[in-house]
Amino acid sequence: MARPRFSLTRLAGMIRKEFIQLQRDRLTFAMLIGIPMMQLILFGYAINADPKYLPAAIVQADDSEFSRSYLQALENTGYFNFIARVERREEVEHMFTAGEVLFVITIPEDFSRSLVRGERPAILLEVDATDPIAIGPAIAAVQTVTPAALNRDMEGVLQDLKAQPGPIDLRIHRRYNPENITQYNTVPGLIGVILTLTLVMVTAIALARERERGTLEYLYSMPLLPVEVMIGKITPFIVGAYIQVTIVLIAARVLFHVPILGSLWLLSLALILFIIVNLAIGFTLSTIVKTQLQASQMATFFFLPSILLSGFVFPFKGMPVWAQFIGEALPLTHFLRIVRGIMLKDAAAADIWPHIWPLMVILLVVSTVALKRYRATLD
Amino acid sequence: MTGEFVIDIRNLTKRFGELVAVDHVALKVRRGEVFGFLGPNGSGKTTTIRMICGLLTPDEGEGTCLGYDVLTQSAEIQRRIGYMTQKFSLYEDLSIQENLLFIARMYQMKDPAALVEDTLDRLALTARRRQLAGNLSGGWKQRLALGACMLHEPDLLLLDEPTAGVDPKARRDFWDQIHLLATSGITVLVSTHYMDEAERCHRLAYLANGRLLATGTGPELIEQSGLATWRLAGSGVEAVSDQLKAMPGVETVTAFGTRLHISGADHAALEKTIASLRGRADLTMEQVQPGLEDVFIHFLSDAKEAA
Ligand SMILES: Nc1ncnc2c1ncn2[C@@H]1O[C@H](COP(=O)(O)OP(=O)(O)OP(=O)(O)O)[C@@H](O)[C@H]1O
Ligand SMILES: [Mg+2]
Repeated sequence: MARPRFSLTRLAGMIRKEFIQLQRDRLTFAMLIGIPMMQLILFGYAINADPKYLPAAIVQADDSEFSRSYLQALENTGYFNFIARVERREEVEHMFTAGEVLFVITIPEDFSRSLVRGERPAILLEVDATDPIAIGPAIAAVQTVTPAALNRDMEGVLQDLKAQPGPIDLRIHRRYNPENITQYNTVPGLIGVILTLTLVMVTAIALARERERGTLEYLYSMPLLPVEVMIGKITPFIVGAYIQVTIVLIAARVLFHVPILGSLWLLSLALILFIIVNLAIGFTLSTIVKTQLQASQMATFFFLPSILLSGFVFPFKGMPVWAQFIGEALPLTHFLRIVRGIMLKDAAAADIWPHIWPLMVILLVVSTVALKRYRATLD
Repeated sequence: MTGEFVIDIRNLTKRFGELVAVDHVALKVRRGEVFGFLGPNGSGKTTTIRMICGLLTPDEGEGTCLGYDVLTQSAEIQRRIGYMTQKFSLYEDLSIQENLLFIARMYQMKDPAALVEDTLDRLALTARRRQLAGNLSGGWKQRLALGACMLHEPDLLLLDEPTAGVDPKARRDFWDQIHLLATSGITVLVSTHYMDEAERCHRLAYLANGRLLATGTGPELIEQSGLATWRLAGSGVEAVSDQLKAMPGVETVTAFGTRLHISGADHAALEKTIASLRGRADLTMEQVQPGLEDVFIHFLSDAKEAA
């Protein structure tokens, strides 16, 4: 019997068929181009491992030439963006918990008096150390500039103060994560990342699967309301999502010793909102795609910016403004702030509200689109 | 229910891009009627049925189904019809019983469990209730699908090729059941490619290229066609078959085993052609009543000439 021989004609026929099919599947083709483009832009422009211009608050009890001069020196490093200037420390605490500022710089009342007396007054630099990567370079910069920051002001009788260790006693206080443990930042964040990945994917696939198998025609011939289909499709995944979250939380506590300082109730509440937002996004995608393959491609297309622009992998505040703008529209961004706030900073409902309402807005917009797009017909 | 027509559609049209899949179709189906929907592949049967039950939005036209507006009251219509899709569309990864229960709940039936029990019994599937629907053989899938679409006791059944791939015995049982349902006042619109099934319908509609070519009872359609049919038998049949096709007055030559059916609308020309064969010892010929199949093929070739 003749052994089957390799045939170039057959191979050419096979290749040709694959090319034709690829051409027909416009979405796959678009993704083939779209995903690398997106990665190029995200990694090339949006992401910054040396984040500058980070939000900081100043508690300036002493408004003197020296203190102004010192703050100017900090600003000149490029790492700080002073978004608040107050006189009493208490006034900025909530900004800290809510994650609106990463630094609080406190200049004490008798700063200039102690300074000229050569008493080395203390300046307190409080740092939100939740994300050690985001703040590392900024802290290093402060440590570098502080000793010589006031050199130009140290003239005449003050000349001697220039000598080491400098006229200022810089004290750095790392809040929330004093030991700079990266897991403190990533593990709570993982909850959001895992939910985003799985939930968007499974719901995006849900309708496409019925379409591919042909069951959609029968389903649509029955007297169901769109909202019944939508809620019915996503409910089982809410349960699944809670199981996922429980696993990650237990792992966070037992394996990585991540503290859970805040209220678990508050966390559950925020979770349900976040889960529903993701499911609604998945459902909307499922009204666009025709096949399961397209669904998973679309889910990837959504996941990529979510993970890169949300502040999970790279510091949010270090991104260019346009990237932050996109980031604000992603549910993961807000959820990260919520989950880190609750777990690491014992944030209360009022602290996380600024991140809750954006989720609600996203949900409203997405569900409106979903219900508008979803039609129980085959055309 | 208003009016005597369960389905009353006018000018129903559906386009897919350039293609006019359904072209100004008008149908009237009476209550309690078994209405046959015939036509070659791609003629628009499925598309028409989908528009009637609100699965596709018509581009043109209007009409009512069970007294409800086809364009605006799909929800009301869907509650009262049973639609059996051409392609098996129950959940293959659910068991037979789970599928039926799901459907019973979708229609908000009073006692889903009992209803499903009855249906399983009627379909003789009680013993296999836990089997996945996907593992059923082709014919059994059809039977299950049929049982499923009648579960909620609809007033109108839309059956899209319900007996494709079903064995003759089951097919006969199925049609007996259809007639039983019709007697009890349920209306049935059924698409089929089988002539014996067409003959069991009260009235028929014949569709080709999206256009309705004829409607009426079987005898009416035969009458309308104006067709004459001759039957040739004998050992010489095979020899003359090819040459007949080219002869005047002959539209179709169809072989049924050792017999030939020769049909044409031009009676005189056809008779002359047949006469020319007379006297051959190996052939016998007689004029017969045209069958529905002859009639449909005639309609189709007429439509092609017109196009
Ligand atoms: N979703 C669609 N998109 C584009 N064309 C379609 C679509 N659905 C049907 N068609 C076309 O419309 C025409 C009518 O199709 P339809 O399925 O109604 O035919 P049918 O009479 O049911 O045929 P069959 O006997 O093979 O089931 C065909 O030419 C088909 O290719
Ligand atoms: Mg069809």
